[in-house]
Amino acid sequence: MKTIMDEKKVVKAPRPEEKKKEGNTVYSIENFNLWYGKDQALKDIKFNIPEKQVTAIIGPSGCGKSTFIKALNRMVEMVPIVKMSGDINYRGKNIFDNKYKVEDLRTKVGMVFQKPNPFPKSIYENVVYGPKIHGIKNKKVLDEIVEKSLKGAALWEEVKDRLNENAYGLSGGQQQRLCIARCLAIEPDVILMDEPTSALDPISTLKVEELVQELKKEFSIIIVTHNMQQAARISDKTAFFLNGEVVEYSDTNQLFSNPTDKRTEDYITGRFG
Amino acid sequence: MQGSVRQMIKDKKEKQQSRSKIVEKLVPGFLLLCAIISVLTTLGIVFTLIVETITFFNHVSIIEYFTSKDWYPFFESDPDYGIWPLISGTLLITGIAMLVAVPFGLGAAIYLSEYATDRVRRIIKPILEVLAGIPTIVYGFFALTFVTPVLQNVIPSLPVFNALSPGIVIGIMIIPMIASLSEDAMSSVPNAIREGALGLGATRFEVAVKVVLPAALSGIVASVVLAISRAIGETMIVTVAGGATPKLTFDVTESIQTMTSYIVQVSLGDAGYGTTIYYSIYAVGMTLFLFTLIMNLVAQYISRRFREEY
Repeated sequence: MKTIMDEKKVVKAPRPEEKKKEGNTVYSIENFNLWYGKDQALKDIKFNIPEKQVTAIIGPSGCGKSTFIKALNRMVEMVPIVKMSGDINYRGKNIFDNKYKVEDLRTKVGMVFQKPNPFPKSIYENVVYGPKIHGIKNKKVLDEIVEKSLKGAALWEEVKDRLNENAYGLSGGQQQRLCIARCLAIEPDVILMDEPTSALDPISTLKVEELVQELKKEFSIIIVTHNMQQAARISDKTAFFLNGEVVEYSDTNQLFSNPTDKRTEDYITGRFG
Repeated sequence: MQGSVRQMIKDKKEKQQSRSKIVEKLVPGFLLLCAIISVLTTLGIVFTLIVETITFFNHVSIIEYFTSKDWYPFFESDPDYGIWPLISGTLLITGIAMLVAVPFGLGAAIYLSEYATDRVRRIIKPILEVLAGIPTIVYGFFALTFVTPVLQNVIPSLPVFNALSPGIVIGIMIIPMIASLSEDAMSSVPNAIREGALGLGATRFEVAVKVVLPAALSGIVASVVLAISRAIGETMIVTVAGGATPKLTFDVTESIQTMTSYIVQVSLGDAGYGTTIYYSIYAVGMTLFLFTLIMNLVAQYISRRFREEY
């Protein structure tokens, strides 16, 4: 018989890596290039993303920031004409290695999308979807996961009495936090957020931003944002993308107060973009 | 260019004024007529069915119709009119057909919607739909002259006319219907939902079965129910390959008769106008009509009731 403890182990398996000290790198990107057909979308990307910090990716539309974040969990391969060269190493392993199963990667690297995309199921079913496909079936464990994840996404108080209602009855902001809860349910290592607040109103945006601050205690977060103020408010590191290149990458304070590159300065002062 | 565009439009309008007024009045009337014709035809058919069915039940008691287990209308002295053998034949054929059509149809739909590249889909889907365009009489002879001999190699005791062969062939015939309608339902599930599941580390198969399939369930069930009603109403294939032996049986290797093939048999001239046998085809037709009507209503109810909103 499978016990609760066994099942918990399934989730906890990837955890020992997290015990490493602060200052570790989760992603190191080396000379990464990406083409859509003949158009090069990313050029020679090269930087390291730290553990348990918020790394913001900013830049004007079409600069490749969404493409970049989708490369980090190989979601970009959904586009059939994509070609890539160079390496992206996650925890020291090349994610494009043939032996690296893409499902394993995405189990450790969760993603929150631009538009809230809950499943057309109940709130409860949305949260347990991930644990269920990874083999956790015990009802009691699942109940615990739901409560913990929804609390983690600061949504528990709002929905605890209607867990069996359809997720589409929630507001946009609640749906987005549900998507975050869904992501937390499988206890990932990294959370990728692709403009998670662009479809939300200011109050919902604020809630998600506060949430990000909470989440970085446990998770490494990489967030693409259109909104420079948002990047300045919530991130520790910022990378400025322009025309598929990383123009500047440094501590957020440094990048916003004292940019080294003229183009960064023009962008953050609102001269273009 | 002479004059302004505004002037040209005005001139043109004035020329057309009188004619367009008449057209504007006539067109809705004509279109209404088109709509009414089909409604009237349906009403006419139902009316005929009801009247002739009532006549039939003046000859034969309705109790016998629903309780007798024998259907021997051609017995001179003591004919039996119990509908169950024809119903069992029809359900048997339908059951076999669905056992073939649902798994293959759904499999094809999942492949086309979740795995196939655009190019493959563009090639396979039309080919699949060609299957739906083959006349059913061709399928009938395919069943009789190809499928039955093949089956006889496996089951040597199988008679030339049996339920299995036409059942399988009807199943093959309605695969495209299930595949095509289910594929439509599955493709209309937004990609964002698939991405959400893939982002959690789900495999493509898990996405297909645990996210897309439930989300498209109403469309899929509706397609299956429509397919059932198609199988119930199928005529030529069972007439050609199923035999003409009304029998209350669920043995697939036996020769049977369905409601539809009974109607064909009588219509081909086995009975004179005004005889009880003649009226019996209306009673059988009415029964058949009720079956398909109920199935269609069920399909409509299901597609409204079980819609997962996205």
